[in-house]
Parts: sequence; C-alpha cells; structure tokens
Amino acid sequence: MNLSSEEEAMLEGEAGTVSKTAIEHQIKVGDFFGAHDFVSVTQAHIMADTESLGQAGVMWLEKLADAGDGRVRIPTITDPRGTDFENADILGHADWMLELERRAITALQRLGVTMTDTCINYQTVQAATRGEHVAFGDTGVVIYSNSVCGARSNFEGGPSALAAGLTGRVPRYGYHLDAIRQASIRLRLHWTPRELSEWGALGGVVGRLTGNYWQVPVIEGLDRFPGSDELKHFGAAMASFGSTPLFHLVGITPEAYSLAAVGGDKLSVAHHIGEAEVRALSESYGVGTAVDVVVFSAPQLSLFELRDLAALSLGRHFKRPLLAVTSPQVKPDCDRLGYTATIEAAGGNVLSGNCFYQSYAREMSETKGWKRLATNSAKLVNILGGYGYLPMLASMRACVDAAESGELK
Amino acid sequence: MNSLVNAYVAQHAMGSRIVGQALVAHDGFSARYDLNRLSGVFSRPTHKLSGQSYVNKVLVLDTAKGGVATAWMLYEMRARNMAPAAIVLNSINSILVQGAALGDVAILASFEVDITSKISHGSFVEVDPQARTIRLLAPHELVISNEPTDGSRPIYGP
Repeated sequence: MNLSSEEEAMLEGEAGTVSKTAIEHQIKVGDFFGAHDFVSVTQAHIMADTESLGQAGVMWLEKLADAGDGRVRIPTITDPRGTDFENADILGHADWMLELERRAITALQRLGVTMTDTCINYQTVQAATRGEHVAFGDTGVVIYSNSVCGARSNFEGGPSALAAGLTGRVPRYGYHLDAIRQASIRLRLHWTPRELSEWGALGGVVGRLTGNYWQVPVIEGLDRFPGSDELKHFGAAMASFGSTPLFHLVGITPEAYSLAAVGGDKLSVAHHIGEAEVRALSESYGVGTAVDVVVFSAPQLSLFELRDLAALSLGRHFKRPLLAVTSPQVKPDCDRLGYTATIEAAGGNVLSGNCFYQSYAREMSETKGWKRLATNSAKLVNILGGYGYLPMLASMRACVDAAESGELK
Repeated sequence: MNSLVNAYVAQHAMGSRIVGQALVAHDGFSARYDLNRLSGVFSRPTHKLSGQSYVNKVLVLDTAKGGVATAWMLYEMRARNMAPAAIVLNSINSILVQGAALGDVAILASFEVDITSKISHGSFVEVDPQARTIRLLAPHELVISNEPTDGSRPIYGP
C-alpha cells in the first residue's frame, strides 16, 4: 500500500504503540484486498459484545488500553453490549458475564470509545451522509448506511473498526470504490410487503439470491416508498442471509435515481420475486405452534416500533416472556411516553443497550429453557438456529398473540 | 490448477503454511451463525457439515456468510486452541480477512474453479499462503508433514 508520511510515522511507532498496532492490522487487510492506499473516515462503529470477544478478546482490548499511548481520533461508538445490566436476571446472565462486560467497557472507554451500545445509530445517533466514508461494524448498520444513506463502508469487524477509530482511516477497497458499488444482479419484485416481518423475509430472499459479499442487487417493482423501519428490517435480513453490504432500489435509494445510474440497464432480470417466495421463506421457519419466548430485537426497536408494540400489548396478560430490546437512546422516550409501562403491565419487558443474539443466546436458552422462539425479525431467525433455538417468524401482532396464548397461530 | 500436481491457486491469501485434513462442503461460513464454539462443532442444523468438528481442520467452503462477529471469534477460538487450521473459500468477505489477520488463521480465497468440487472431504491438504495454493497430499507425504522443519504447523487429524 502507498502510505502518506503520517501513515509511515504511525507504522514506525512515532504516534505510539496503539496506532502502530492498529495500522499494522489495517495494512494486512488492505494488502489482502489489493488496496492502493488509505481513505480518511469520519466515524467508526465497533461490534464488541463479550460473547464474541471472550476472555481472549477482552484481554486484547485491555492490553491495548494499558499501552496508554493512543486513543481514537474520530467519533467511535459501539454496537449493543452482551447484557442489559439492569435486567440481567431476566436474561439469566451469570455474574462472570457481567464482569466480562464491565472489563470490556472499561477498556473501550480508556481508548476513548463512546459507549452508545446501539445497532440503529442511523436512527438514533447520527446518520452518515451520501459519499461519507465511514468504518461501521454490524452488518445491519453497514447495509442501511451504504444503501439508504449513500455512505461508504465495508463490513468492519470489531478489531478493524477499532483500528479505524485509532488511525482515522481505512484501506481503500471494496465499498469505498465507485466500481464495486455498481449493480451486479437485477431483481424484479411483483409484491410489496406490509408487515416488518415481511420486509425482513423479502430481504432474506434477496440475500439468498445475491449469495456473497461482492454481489450488489438492484431491485425494481416496489409500489410505494418504504419507511426507515421497513428498510431497516429489509437490509438487516439481506445482510444476514447474504452477507450483502449494499442494495439499490430504483427511484428510492440515493445512488439509484435511475436503473442506468447503477448500471442496472446493462443487466437482464435474473429473478422475479413475488409473495409466494417471501411466504416460503417465512414458512420454512414454521416449526410448530408452541412458544417458549417472544422476542423483538435484531435490529433494536425504534420508538415507533415500541409505540406499536405498546398498542398491541394494552390490556393483555402474557403467559410467555415477551422481550423487546431497544437502544439506550430510545429507552428514555419509551419510558417517558408510557410505552414501557404498557408493555410491562401486560407482563413483557423492555430491555436496553443489548441485542438478543449478542447476549449469550446459547446460555440463555439453557438457563431459561427457551427453545421455541417467536419473533418478527427475519435476521434473528436466521441466526438463532446455530444457537440451538427453533425460531419462528411471524408478524408483530401474531407474536404478541403468541405471548398471550402460548401458541403461534 | 498450477504446475504442481493437484494444486489450486487462489487470488488472495494470508497467513502461514499449514497441512491438515479438509472438511469440505458447498455451503457458507460464519462463526456466529454456524458454530458451537464451546464444543467445536458445526451447530446450525441446516449446515451441510452439521455435527462435525471443525477444530484444527482445513475448512473448504463456498462463501463467507453472515455478520461481523467472526472477526473477534477467530481470535477467541485460536486462544483456546479451538480454531480451524485454515479456511479456504470460493468467495470471501472483509470480516473473515479481518478476523484471520487478528487470529493468525491461514486463508485462501477466489479460485478459477469451484474449490469445493476439487478437494475431497476428508482428504489431507497443504495450504500455502505464500504460494497462494491448496494442494492435495499424497499418502507418502503425510509422514513428512508430521515433522515440520520450516516453522509451519503440524498436520492435524489421524
């Protein structure tokens, strides 16, 4: 890679051992992908829950912080934590999990990281703007920021997002380049979803069709302009099922003001997608009717989703645990507006600052006896099978009904 | 395939030379979605390698899938000696490369052929990131590979 004098100085350790460690890591990655140089970034977002980090990852962070000669140079924020400290008993979290989380938080704070603990920072902290180069972790954050906002980011795993925060730059490859952002597969829709669960399922269908990180779908045929929560579920599921960082919706997302603007006019339609394909994906997760737990998470809920959930919960009495997970930025408003009280009066819980699958999902299942899980998140059903759950995908209303009756109908 | 017998050349490579037993499937890979990292097996029921141990194996799979957690998880698994020995993919994503860089796991990616159709499940292979190759080993080479003299890691498996 071609390095500027500032980057050469970092590599030589003149800016401290922390910056040196960070840029060495980035050069390894940049060399792998054939990056010619670095590009400056304005924000970083780090996924660093301790179920992923483990003891080894936390010790790696602590060693970096102990060096004491480097802190982040740009606003650097965090993805959800592995617990909600105030509700850890509801999740069955053991003391060692909480202690590990505290150690990770302390290390990140010593490196100058701002603990926002959210995977919906584009709704709650600061959305990136068109053309802005950023270093975001959490695939849902990246795909929304790239596609809906027009920003530029690769999937940055925790170590690389932190490195970006510490150096203020990333290797210029992948989705920082114009050519990579052009469409590579053209899809035509013949049905527009209504429920958030349907938007997620549609994202899952598209993700399966695109298949890998380097495929960029351009999609035609929606009969209306979707809202932020709809595109949140659509993108998060697409990224989860397909490892897809960018999509274009013709006439809707900023880089696809026309089909030709993203090169879609040079592609023939590869697949037609209708209601049947979306229903098939949802029904592939229909493993029965009995439900142990109902979860709304992945991504964290917006204020509007919580408003809708509160309205559906009003006057109910849940037989099964119902967990709704949001960000620390949304939770105070949820409390202030009475949504939390309504949901909790029905027997549910509103959690903050974590995400279900990032919160020791396997241990929760074993401790709490949760196996058959109902959710409206297509991303969550895609993830949880590997953690030993039997996840089921349904609308928010059907999930709330299941919490009340114990059965998903 | 290059001039070496039974060797396939990747476009991208990272890490140190490794020899080991291949675990092969035309399926994806995500440490979060697909693995039980405590017991060291593929745990996603629908994965083609479900129930099989990945520890110290050379994973030969189609594509990197899923989320960003693999970047931490490779390092964490390596620290507990529960990591794959190497990962070989037709198509890779940024996360797997970042995780391999931190966790010092050998990786190869992007071939002119579908690599999952060229390497037999259970065969013994050499992964050489310097040469960007994966090579099927002949039976007589296995003994030699058990006694590395060049700093590479030893063969794993039976």
